[in-house]
Amino acid sequence: MDPLWLSHFTATSSIGRGLDQTLDALHQHRSGLAPCAFDTVDLATFVGEVAGVDAVQLPAQLADFDCRNNRLALLGLTQDRFSEAVRAASAKYGAQRIGVFLGTSTSGILQTELAYRRRNPVTGALPADFMYASTHNTFSVADFTRRYFGLTGPAAVVSSACSSSAKVFASARRMMAAGLIDAALVGGVDSLCLTTLYGFNSLGLMSEHPCRPFDAQRNGISIGEAAAFALLERTPEQSDDAAVLLLGIGESSDAYHMSSPHPDGLGARMAMQDALKVAGLQATDIDYINLHGTATPTNDAVEGRAVAALFGPHTPCSSTKGATGHTLGAAGAVEAVICALALQNGLLPGGLNTQQLDPTLEVDYLLNNREQPLTRVLSNSFGFGGTNCSLIFGRRAQP
Amino acid sequence: MTLTAYIEGIGLLGPGLTDWPSSQAILGGQQPYQPIKTLLPPPALLPAAERRRSGAIVKLTLATGLQAVTQAGLDAASLPSVFTSSGGDGENCHALCEMLASQDRQISPTRFHNSVHNTASGYWSIATGAMSTSSVLAAFDASFGAGLLEALIQVVVDHTRTLLLACDTAYPEPLYSARPIPDAFAMALVLAPERSAQAMAQISVSLVEAESDRLIDAALEALRKAIPAARGLPLLCAMALRQDGRVVLDYLDSTRLAVTVTPC
Repeated sequence: MDPLWLSHFTATSSIGRGLDQTLDALHQHRSGLAPCAFDTVDLATFVGEVAGVDAVQLPAQLADFDCRNNRLALLGLTQDRFSEAVRAASAKYGAQRIGVFLGTSTSGILQTELAYRRRNPVTGALPADFMYASTHNTFSVADFTRRYFGLTGPAAVVSSACSSSAKVFASARRMMAAGLIDAALVGGVDSLCLTTLYGFNSLGLMSEHPCRPFDAQRNGISIGEAAAFALLERTPEQSDDAAVLLLGIGESSDAYHMSSPHPDGLGARMAMQDALKVAGLQATDIDYINLHGTATPTNDAVEGRAVAALFGPHTPCSSTKGATGHTLGAAGAVEAVICALALQNGLLPGGLNTQQLDPTLEVDYLLNNREQPLTRVLSNSFGFGGTNCSLIFGRRAQP
Repeated sequence: MTLTAYIEGIGLLGPGLTDWPSSQAILGGQQPYQPIKTLLPPPALLPAAERRRSGAIVKLTLATGLQAVTQAGLDAASLPSVFTSSGGDGENCHALCEMLASQDRQISPTRFHNSVHNTASGYWSIATGAMSTSSVLAAFDASFGAGLLEALIQVVVDHTRTLLLACDTAYPEPLYSARPIPDAFAMALVLAPERSAQAMAQISVSLVEAESDRLIDAALEALRKAIPAARGLPLLCAMALRQDGRVVLDYLDSTRLAVTVTPC
């Protein structure tokens, strides 16, 4: 594929608002996970909650979109002068030439969960102020974002559970290659809600500790929330050495089970292999892997085996979910931004919370930060339904 | 910018519509349309455990997808896919929200994993063994248009056949009052980059600013408007006439999809 340029990017999660705070948290080994005090949730678990989401006010003309997910989206869009960059791109290319492809799994379902507490006791009706289309509906966050910027190009939400905001890069890449658009606003937004907290609890997949990816004692995920975005443009002839490019995308389906990955990691391996093939790279060209690394016993075992089979035991890798929590539909975009920061700053972020590495997983899992120049990195995102996506990012300049 | 592909197979299931062959005369205007509640066939292809857990959207998409793939004479396992739906399984969402608003929040694991928007895509890959990519989209009332565009760019850019599945299922009260989708409807298209022996028609699609087409039959028009996946019906009506045609399909706000249809 023709490499695409991440001309601007930003991330807001429990470890920080915007790039500076995110990078600082990675440098300082700071986790955003804390005992869950969200809403009325009575589960003994840790979550990565973003501070101050409820204080965000949507513009008056977009008040119908008001819900936690869109507040978090706006909080994220307004960091790092990202919104200025989108408006500049809109002026440069035309509002109809910019696509909006965002991933979410939760969308604003919290709004419906809350409305169900206020049903009419006689008729069962939802309260009159409940606005399904602009809050809960899966498309809401993309619709909000395109209206916020006045963008009129193709738009969709990609909602394939925890691969959602990795797969948005694939939709954007095809749209740009087909010539339908000149730039794409991609990203992911997922917010805390009862469905995911009680849902993962029902599956026995949630830890009572801060999640410990690749630990021998790992016993489940910690859920987080986040908003992360990138502006994708064609690679310019000239750009500075810090430019981060999307080099490859690989996608696959497990065709195995709704909530368990393929035991041999076949789908995961196919996605990573395809990403390498599309980028024209070998496994040895990858300097760091940001793992999906959810810290469930099964995911990490399967992913560890797939990575070991493809890359051998010497490619440094880690999961950053010990810091951010598993941000589900936003995870692909958050980790894409972490990969971009890693490339620009020569930082391989060590995984947090992990005490004793699982000796059966024969990969070079980093527990401490490592600083060295990086050329190409790979990020994995896998989800329920057996959906897999791997992204490869690289620096423009080869050191 | 025009995107061109060939339709090799069509699947169709909705109120009063049971498959493409038997619906052609209705959509072509030779037979009256009689809306009868959509009948969902059991998902025979799924293993027993998955069959028990599958909801309406899984039955709907499996049936419709297999119709299209069978007509195209292809192996479903070989095809990438695009699933598009306005908002997923309303029945399941209602059951979850009701439970989460009650004193007992211990929702069932099956309910939870069926709550993901890619449930239909996941079950499809399990049933057919399809391991290639599956894009799963949502765009509210623009879902059909978004899915058609996504499928076309797969065909054109990746030079591959792909299966488009646009589907929606009924929303129960009290959600129905907020999102009045009355019944299940799905439409599947096998799209190919090149003309083959099984090609039924060539379609060329471009983004336009124009009014979308309405259907002449009042009941079919009501169906088109009520269920987002049915916004693709004008394309099937044009196909049913077996002559050159041009339709404008709903998409975003003022942006629509103009589709030129040329029978093969």
